[in-house]
Amino acid sequence: MAVNPLPAPCASSPAEPLLTVENVNLAIRGNPILQAIHLQVSAGEIVTLIGPNGAGKSTLVRVVLGLIRPDSGQIRLKPGLRVGYMPQRLAIDDTLPLTVQRFITLGAPAPRERVRAILAEVGAAQVLDSPVQAISGGEFQRMLLARALLREPDLLVLDEPIQGVDLTGQYELYDLISHLRRQRGCGILMVSHELHLVMATTDQVLCLNRHVCCSGHPDQVASHPAYLELFGLDGARRLAIYHHHHNHRHDLHGAVVVEEEPHG
Amino acid sequence: MDDFLLRALLGGLGVALAAGPLGAFIVWRRMAYFGDTLAHSGLLGVALGMALQFNPQLGVAATCLLIAIALVLLQRQRVLATDTLLGILAHTSLSLGLVTLAFLETVRIDLTSYLFGDILAISPDDLYWIWGGAGLALAALARLWRPLLAATVHEELAQVEGVPVFTVRLAFMLLIAIVIAVAMKVVGILLITSLLIIPAATARRFARSPESMALLAGGLGCAAVGAGLWASWRWDTPAGPSVVVAAALLFLLGSLLPNRLRRTVWR
Repeated sequence: MAVNPLPAPCASSPAEPLLTVENVNLAIRGNPILQAIHLQVSAGEIVTLIGPNGAGKSTLVRVVLGLIRPDSGQIRLKPGLRVGYMPQRLAIDDTLPLTVQRFITLGAPAPRERVRAILAEVGAAQVLDSPVQAISGGEFQRMLLARALLREPDLLVLDEPIQGVDLTGQYELYDLISHLRRQRGCGILMVSHELHLVMATTDQVLCLNRHVCCSGHPDQVASHPAYLELFGLDGARRLAIYHHHHNHRHDLHGAVVVEEEPHG
Repeated sequence: MDDFLLRALLGGLGVALAAGPLGAFIVWRRMAYFGDTLAHSGLLGVALGMALQFNPQLGVAATCLLIAIALVLLQRQRVLATDTLLGILAHTSLSLGLVTLAFLETVRIDLTSYLFGDILAISPDDLYWIWGGAGLALAALARLWRPLLAATVHEELAQVEGVPVFTVRLAFMLLIAIVIAVAMKVVGILLITSLLIIPAATARRFARSPESMALLAGGLGCAAVGAGLWASWRWDTPAGPSVVVAAALLFLLGSLLPNRLRRTVWR
C-alpha cells in the first residue's frame, strides 16, 4: 500500500511497518462502517485519513487502538510498539480541578522537569501550572500531544489534532507534528477532515468513505476522480487556493516567526 | 453528651468521611442522578433483606449493585437516553420496595426512618457497619484513585494507556453501593445523594487539585454532620434533614466568599 513513501531521516529499518491493517471489516447493527480497509504506517511516515463526517475515520482509529474489535481482518502492531494517542473532543468537567501538569501525568507519573521539557517541545511550556479549563484551544491540543509524547511513542495516533484551533494555529500545529516526526522519527497516523490543511505535512493520504476511495501521495489524491467526487469541485478549488507557499508563520501569540526550512 | 447523641455523631462522621471523596467523583463524572437512582433502590434492598432474613445493609448494597449492572446492560440498547432509564429504574425499584414491604405481614417498619434516616437511633452494631463499610470504601477508593481519575477524564485515552476501565467502573459502582448502604441509617435513601453531592460541590471553589477537593469534601461533610446534629438537638428538628440543610448552608456560605479569599484558602 505504500505508494509513494518519502524518505524519512530518522526512520529505522523500513522493512517492518509499525502498523499494518489488513482487510478490516466492521458493521454496527448491520450498518457497514468499515469495508475491506488496508493501511500501513512505517517509522517516520505520516499517514492521514481524510473523509466526510460519518466516513468511519474515528472508528478506524478506535479499531487500530484496540478499543473496538473488527468483525474480520487483522491489526498487526510491531512487537513492543508504544502508542501515543490524542483523542478527539475531550471535554474536562469544570468541577474537576486539574492543572496541565497533572493532566499530562494522569497516564503515568513523571517528574515535573520532564513534563516541563515535553511541554516546551510542543511549544506550550507557559501553561504548566494553569488549570486545564483556562487554556486556549491551541494550548489544549498541545497539552494532549504532550501527554501522548510522554510515553515516548513509536507510533502517534492523532484524531483531528487541530480541533478547536483557529486557522493560523492549525498550520502551526501541523508544522509542529511534521517537526516531531523529523525529530523523533516516529510514525504518525492522523485524522483530518480537510486535505488542503495537511497537504504539506503528510506523506500518504487515505481518502475514506467507509471504504478506501483512493490513496497515495497528497498530490495524487487531490486530483483523483474519487476524491473530487467525494468532496466536490468546491473542495478541489479551495485546495488550489490554500496550496501555496508560506514565507513566514505566526507563533501562538501571533508574532511572525521566520521559517527556517521552507515547505510547500 | 448523651450516648445516643455520641453514636449519632460518630455514625454521621463515618458516613461523611467516605461520602465526600466518593461524591467528588460523582460530581466530576456527572453521575448525581445515577447515585440518586441507586439510593432509591435501597428500599427494595431493605425489603428483600427482611423477606429473605439477612442483614438489610447487605441487602441494600447487593440491590444497588444489581441495579447498577442492570443500568449498564440497558445502556447497550441505544433507544432510550440514560436519564430516562434512570428514571424508570429509580421509581420502579422504590415502588417495588414499598410493595414488597406490604407483603411482609409480620414485619412492621417505620418507613420514615428508611426514607429520611434515623441517625439518633444508631446502635453500637450500626456503628461497626458504618465504620467498617466507610473504611472499606475509603481504602478501596485510595487504591483505585489513579486509574479512576484517568478514566474519569477520558475513558478511551485511559484504556489506550492501559487502564482496565470496565473493571474500574464496576469497582466504582460497588463503592457507591457500599456507601449508600451505610448512609441509609444516617440520612435515609431520599437524602443520601445530598451528602455525596453538596460537600463536593462546596469544596470545588476552594480546591486546586482533585485530592484537595476530595479531602475538603470529606471535611465539609463532617462539619455539616456536626452542625446538623447540634441544630437538631438545640431546636428539636429532624436530624437527617438538619444535616442536609447544614450542608446546603455551607455551600451557600462558600459561594458568597469573595474570589480573592477563595484562591488562597486551600491548595
